[in-house]
Amino acid sequence: MASTIRVRAIAGADSTEVQALVQHPMDSGFVKDSKGELIPPHHIETVQFETGGKVVFTALWGPAVSKDPFVKFTFKGGKKGDDLKITWVDNKGSTDTTTAKIA
Amino acid sequence: MNAARGGFLSPTRRGLLKGAALATVFGAGMNMMRSVVAFAADAAGWPAEAFKLKSQADTLKALYGKTAEASDKVKLDAPEIAENGAVVPISISTTLPKVTSISVMVAENPNALAASYKIPEGTLPAVSNRLKMAKTSMVIAVVESDGKLYSASKEVKVTVGGCGG
Repeated sequence: MASTIRVRAIAGADSTEVQALVQHPMDSGFVKDSKGELIPPHHIETVQFETGGKVVFTALWGPAVSKDPFVKFTFKGGKKGDDLKITWVDNKGSTDTTTAKIA
Repeated sequence: MNAARGGFLSPTRRGLLKGAALATVFGAGMNMMRSVVAFAADAAGWPAEAFKLKSQADTLKALYGKTAEASDKVKLDAPEIAENGAVVPISISTTLPKVTSISVMVAENPNALAASYKIPEGTLPAVSNRLKMAKTSMVIAVVESDGKLYSASKEVKVTVGGCGG
């Protein structure tokens, strides 16, 4: 299966900019379906970004984060060809992980 | 032949099983500590209580155990008017030193806290994301800098809500 995570990490002079897009419904638990029944909450809770054995960014997400969430951040260091590992876990215990190369 | 058996009990597989067992035990422990019923164990380190609260003050107390003061050094980028409340682009950055955490809250959402980010040393104190907004509301960005909380807020008008049915 294709990864749910799309990531673009670009190394600059002394820092690396990371943009990640995750495919996930991010159901809030407040929305009703066509039958008028509440769709139970189903959303990502944590996303972790690691490079060189170090966590560079952790996102803690609630149901108010948009569907197919996007996040952007920048960390110091990182060079072209380095691995960047991204892992998410949702409230149902599902998880996905991917390793991207910094470009 | 022993090859099949060897494969079955290979170190990798054992490690996996052990990991799964540990995760289950840990998850169960986390659930017992929680007063509310959850369908599955929440991800480790996820502040479930903070994400359930309605008011900003309570959320900050649950998340950081302190209150925030407004600061013009916290920059909150959000649209004046969001046509679609389901996808509101919001960026937060700051010039404050020693930032360890950035959180964003939407006052009028069913639960105030939308997202919280841990910023380790070496990561710049700036983050962009996209949030859902139920209706027109104040959006509050909170930055933890050198152990203190600083905030900035902005009203975003929403024409079509992103949280209701």
